[in-house]
Amino acid sequence: MSDRAKIFADIRRALGVTGTEAARRRAVDERLADPPESVIPVRGQTADPVGLFRAEAERVFATVEMVATAGDVPVRIAGFLRAKNLPPRLRKGTDPYLAALPWAATPLTLDEGRSDGADQVGLAHAFAGIAETGTLALVSGPGNPTTLNFLPETHIVVLEAQKIVGDYETFWCELRAAYGAGAMPRTVNFITGPSRSADIEQTLLLGAHGPRALHILIVGTVSP
Amino acid sequence: MSAPLNSADFTANAHRALGDAHLQQALHVSRDGFIAKRTKAVARLPEFEALRDAARDIKAHTLAHLDLYLEAYEAKVRACGGTVHYAATTETANAIVLDICRRHGAKSIAKGKSMIGEEMGLNAALEAQGITPVETDLGEYVIQIRHEMPSHIIAPAVHLTKDQIAADFHRIHKGLPPERDLTEPAALLTEARKILREKFLAADIGITGANFLIAETGTSIIVTNEGNGDLSQSLPKVHIVLASIEKLVPTLEDAGTLLRVLARSATGQDMSVYTTLSTGPRRAGDPDGPEEYHVILLDNGRTKMLGSDFAEMLRCIRCGACLNHCPVYQSIGGHAYGSIYPGPMGSVLTPGLFGLDHATDLPNASTLCGACESVCPVRIPLPKLLRQWRERAFARHLGPETQRLGLAFWGFFAKRPQLYGPAVRIAMRGLALLGGRGRFRGLPFANDWTASRDFPAPQGETFQAQFAARKKT
Amino acid sequence: MDVPHKPRIGLFVTCLVDLFRPSIGWAAVKLLEDAGCHVEVPVQTCCGQPAYNSGDRRLAKDLARPVIEAFAAYDYIVVPSGSCAGMLAKHYPALFADDEFAGRADAFAAKVYELSDFLVTVLKVSAIDAEFPRRVTFHDACSGLRELGIADQPRKLLGAVRGLDLVEMDDHTRCCGFGGTFAVKYGEISAAIVDEKAEAAEKRGAPVLLAGDLGCLMNIAGRLARRGSAIEVRHFAEVLAGMADTPAICLPRKR
Repeated sequence: MSDRAKIFADIRRALGVTGTEAARRRAVDERLADPPESVIPVRGQTADPVGLFRAEAERVFATVEMVATAGDVPVRIAGFLRAKNLPPRLRKGTDPYLAALPWAATPLTLDEGRSDGADQVGLAHAFAGIAETGTLALVSGPGNPTTLNFLPETHIVVLEAQKIVGDYETFWCELRAAYGAGAMPRTVNFITGPSRSADIEQTLLLGAHGPRALHILIVGTVSP
Repeated sequence: MSAPLNSADFTANAHRALGDAHLQQALHVSRDGFIAKRTKAVARLPEFEALRDAARDIKAHTLAHLDLYLEAYEAKVRACGGTVHYAATTETANAIVLDICRRHGAKSIAKGKSMIGEEMGLNAALEAQGITPVETDLGEYVIQIRHEMPSHIIAPAVHLTKDQIAADFHRIHKGLPPERDLTEPAALLTEARKILREKFLAADIGITGANFLIAETGTSIIVTNEGNGDLSQSLPKVHIVLASIEKLVPTLEDAGTLLRVLARSATGQDMSVYTTLSTGPRRAGDPDGPEEYHVILLDNGRTKMLGSDFAEMLRCIRCGACLNHCPVYQSIGGHAYGSIYPGPMGSVLTPGLFGLDHATDLPNASTLCGACESVCPVRIPLPKLLRQWRERAFARHLGPETQRLGLAFWGFFAKRPQLYGPAVRIAMRGLALLGGRGRFRGLPFANDWTASRDFPAPQGETFQAQFAARKKT
Repeated sequence: MDVPHKPRIGLFVTCLVDLFRPSIGWAAVKLLEDAGCHVEVPVQTCCGQPAYNSGDRRLAKDLARPVIEAFAAYDYIVVPSGSCAGMLAKHYPALFADDEFAGRADAFAAKVYELSDFLVTVLKVSAIDAEFPRRVTFHDACSGLRELGIADQPRKLLGAVRGLDLVEMDDHTRCCGFGGTFAVKYGEISAAIVDEKAEAAEKRGAPVLLAGDLGCLMNIAGRLARRGSAIEVRHFAEVLAGMADTPAICLPRKR
């Protein structure tokens, strides 16, 4: 008997079922087809998701900058790097939103494609933000290499204000709308603050293996 | 090959732990931190108690339909180009991993933290075949270089002080200037980051655990603060996920509910820094990501527990809150339990997975104070389950015979009030006469108490005798 | 259930109180009689916890049945101990769940109350005729706290004692390490845990420590005495009943 067959037989014996019971199948199929929502914290039900996102993200040591329009993003990034004494150079993916920004207005050098680990600054475009916990949602795909979220020491993320949702339940709906029900991109990274560890005597230190610094630019406003 | 079990030496282990100054210092520091942080996070979320109920119900529902959710999960993983392997035992699971390594000629492995990997004794199995696994979670890396087992399920090096870690880094990281200053945690972290960065980039295969598996989408979730799991699983060509079968949850919403209670219970964070959902190997157009994605689903005793009175233990989401709040764990640390699963959850799970015979002390070494149950995010009735193990042990005559005889002797009298009453009156009058100073510094047969505590002298009469006398007047 | 005019109480005094410190039993009797109850004390030995917690289910049931039978006829069963009250109220029904005795166990359990809970919640006592002009701190015994929700009740009653100043110590809800059989089976670990409780008490600096479980009190008093502490350890009922002139636990009898 294969291990698979044995495990299923053992599960069914333990539960006292055959696996063909219609009621059980129905319960599972219904839940998967139409996932019920559970307890949704009131916190995310706010009239100001952008404000909540910012407060929560800053709480976990991300830095947040408000940018009025997309056209201002490159100049603001250049200013951020200068203020941090970092060289005017960053790596990004082929994300079209980022590609369309007016980079020529800055002295920044842009590298493109996946990182080999030598880059100091990485730039990504977020799929969404979740205000409930100040969390960025980044998805894999040609536009934003996943490894670029982790290898550089400084991670800059551009997040459109209108992509900020209040709670995770809303986010799942957005994800399903983009990828289809039951389907996913290869990776969804929920990122809440810069990398850290408290493994050494409970001392909180930033920059364990992922980025030491996370800088978020929130672009635009929420449309009424 | 699976994780060594040393639970039979519990009392000796505990004695050593209580005398270990480094350990006691580390335990004090960690205990206050974990408890305070959880309390603060819970206070900030009014819905937390309701979320605990929801989390419990999701897990209970999933376990009751585990076969069907596993089928759905497997189908989804396959549809995305991933491979699902089933392993009834840890031997099979190790064989599957070795086979994948052999097919790829893998020499080095980057590992994210996996308790299932510990259960499998995977590192030893790999090393025996000349393959080098490198633990990338900082705590796991530290215990790997010390050849120790983890002492806590989410903070594996919690038993160590920074001085101990600095000494290990000086010893192991050759090629760095020996006079470098490693007294500060930040310096230790920077050094670990540099050393492990090279390992990530060079690894042939990445192996991680999974906090949850989602049936709706065929997704595995890892939860870290460091980002090591992400680098382990996205840089190498092959990603292997090690998961036990009860990690399943039905939907994205269900995963979200459990995530809401997981980090808060574990470290007091609303969300860990990196919560990553992985579904299959890289897609056409992905600039990075593994070319192969394997999930190994391990049983190793879960199906046996599923059909038993201990099935509720399978709800556990490995947050570690019960460890953090347990006065016994806080006093002796994790190694004393002799199992990779220590503390309250380990005292229920270890006999369930590995057998009661070699772990009889674990369910007994508890005051049944209930702090564990009061913080468990999925409301596992841990004291009830500990008592159930005690009943099993009693029925099988495990445990010291002297205790059994003592209980039987006492029980003989306690069932016979006409004998009990006079007997205790005589005993108490005698003790009261001897204990004129109000307490005993030492008492025969009571050394376990009087070694470090005085024993109160009784007042002399029994209440029932006094009350009966009052009634007569 | 409406409270009868003169409730008939079966006092389950607990084996430790019966053997070691009857004054707690008398304090309970006084408090209940002052509140208008008629108190009786049926013949009793032990609630069976030592057997139950050792895994000897059969002995536990053999000890439980006579308790259930002896106390069946009372309006309420009142217990000056959270752990024994928890045993009677929560674990007796569990012991007999699949048993023909289940109905009687459930009916019995429904009438069981820990002493402070009975006074505050059922009898709605709010005034206490006692004076104790000292600073005290309070240890929340685990079973009472987590099985029965005993926390506010003793504090409310102590708050009504003239002159009494209650201050909380660190970790007052943390276990004292007694755990019944645990204290002797794992004495070294138990001692380490009670040492922390003793340190918290000494750090708080109150001259009196109170709690509602004699097992905890004996354990804490024993460790404090060994440490040479002068802290007086008593059951809260003794203070409420104005009977705090008896020697405290582990302290010598006055000549």
